[in-house]
Amino acid sequence: MNNVFVYCEIEGTKVAEVSQELLTKGRKLANQLGVSLEAICAGYNIKGKVESQVLPFGVDKLHLFDAEGLFPYTSKPHTSILVNLFKQEKPQICLMGATVIGRDLGPRVSSALTSGLTADCTALEIGPHDDKKAGVHYDNLLYQIRPAFGGNIVATIVNPEHRPQMATVRSGVMKMEVLDPNYKGEVIVHDVAKFVPDTDYVVKVIERHVEAAKNNLKGAPIIVAGGYGVGSREGFGLLYDLAKELHAEVGASRAAVDAGFCEHDMQIGQTGVTVRPKVYIACGISGAIQHIAGMKESGIIISVNSDPNAPINTIADYVITGTVEEVLPKMIKYYKANSK
Amino acid sequence: MILKIVVLAKQVPDTRNVGKDAMTPEGTVNRSALPAIFNPEDLNALEQALRLKDLNPGSTVTMLTMGPPRAADIIREGLFRGADNGYLLTDRAFAGADTLATSYALATAIKKIGQPDIIIGGRQAIDGDTAQVGPQVAEKLGLTQITYAEEILKCENGRITVRRHIDGGVETVEGPLPIVITVNGSAAPCRPRNAKLVMKYKKALVPLEMPAEGLPYAEEYKNKPYLTLNQWSTADIDADLQQCGLSGSPTKVKSVENIVFQAKESKTLTASDQDIDNLMKELLANHTIG
Repeated sequence: MNNVFVYCEIEGTKVAEVSQELLTKGRKLANQLGVSLEAICAGYNIKGKVESQVLPFGVDKLHLFDAEGLFPYTSKPHTSILVNLFKQEKPQICLMGATVIGRDLGPRVSSALTSGLTADCTALEIGPHDDKKAGVHYDNLLYQIRPAFGGNIVATIVNPEHRPQMATVRSGVMKMEVLDPNYKGEVIVHDVAKFVPDTDYVVKVIERHVEAAKNNLKGAPIIVAGGYGVGSREGFGLLYDLAKELHAEVGASRAAVDAGFCEHDMQIGQTGVTVRPKVYIACGISGAIQHIAGMKESGIIISVNSDPNAPINTIADYVITGTVEEVLPKMIKYYKANSK
Repeated sequence: MILKIVVLAKQVPDTRNVGKDAMTPEGTVNRSALPAIFNPEDLNALEQALRLKDLNPGSTVTMLTMGPPRAADIIREGLFRGADNGYLLTDRAFAGADTLATSYALATAIKKIGQPDIIIGGRQAIDGDTAQVGPQVAEKLGLTQITYAEEILKCENGRITVRRHIDGGVETVEGPLPIVITVNGSAAPCRPRNAKLVMKYKKALVPLEMPAEGLPYAEEYKNKPYLTLNQWSTADIDADLQQCGLSGSPTKVKSVENIVFQAKESKTLTASDQDIDNLMKELLANHTIG
């Protein structure tokens, strides 16, 4: 009762990094609230394979659902697992990744339980709340903090009356930290048939093609990122040239992705991946708040922009006023000249 | 097969083109400074619906939207491109709805329209980016769902086959009708307006848009009933007011802030050879790079 739950996403038998990041955050929230952390794993042939990927993050109880039909993920069976489990366990908080699966599952569960759900949170905190109109005071609510309205404002959302308080969080936003490799948590293997009626297995996955991520933006020490100001797909060639010299990864802003300059999985920001590299070179990125939310914790930020008043310049350590075509070749040239 | 299709669409402020006057000095959103547009992914959804209609003669496409009276633009836009009719949910009691209260209103309206075979909408709207309303409508109607759809490949014998985006790849799934589908921005763009349909529907209005003193062409509206668009209030769909608008929204906005990032002491450089040479020397010397 009243514990913090994390839904763990599983590809085959591998627990997603975003879920482990949320377990880390969930442990902290549970400590703050003085409650337990519980995890849910649902898949096929996962028993004996996922426990060691989950418990070390400080999970007190792991709910395991292992049955044919639970992998690949489809909406209804996983919804029934969460809804029926939550009716028994009455969690106060439920976290899941803001992934394709989390964003398919979370809304269904929240609708079935009439609980509030906040998507794509960039921070989660615990705090009090006063409903001045009703004259009610609440302690220990989950503050679900996210940029809103195209990233121009940041909103703090609370769910005063409804449980669980549900939130999704993007990959990379929370830090992953093993609490104790030998953490002793209880594993409960549930009878799936008691949670999922046969009629739930209505969507058939006919064909499935998943590739490991082509880039390693999350782990890259140096990132060269391009925005709308790069101007074209060809323009990104210069970014790859510089990245090759610096052993860096190439990322992009949403504007560049939307304009078709580069692939969707390269997007950095609130609705993409969050990164914390040692060096972040922003090329032609004006710096919408949603983008900044995904890279502001970078060590050193270098902004290359023809607009000296680009918002990103206010958080940059170095501001180079000039176009990408002009500046990047010079960076390559003088990097080569000086690194020898 | 003859399909009854409902397209969920939303009128949104164009948050992609936010100008300097989009925020008031107090840090609130200046809605009037943002143009209202057809939510982009809802257009992708409309295209998928129209393609199904093309392939299945006799099928109908119904637009469903919720918003202030000017959101009737969404219905007109749909009619211009080939939709058959539409409904605007508009009522003060709908205001302040979060995704759950919105999905309650939409699901209740869909029941009133009569259960369609396919309910299709964009994956998410650009003013909220939540992607929650589609799945919540599905749950409220007890239907299954296919989200992140990129293309409807087949629809026959009561089953639909869809190619959808997943993290790191694609998958093809097959599900039973009736079903809720949300369409990704990577799906085919919507066809343009059809000139004949624009001529036919350009004067179409919901009653709330009609001037109180009467219309200049009242006779025309009488002769052409399709020029009067359907407009529904909470009472028209027998909605439970407790589940609408603010009171039906479990999530509350505690506070809204303009974000001010900690400004750094930045070094400003030009694009000159000398400045960039010096920068590279500095970054190499302190082992930032290299």
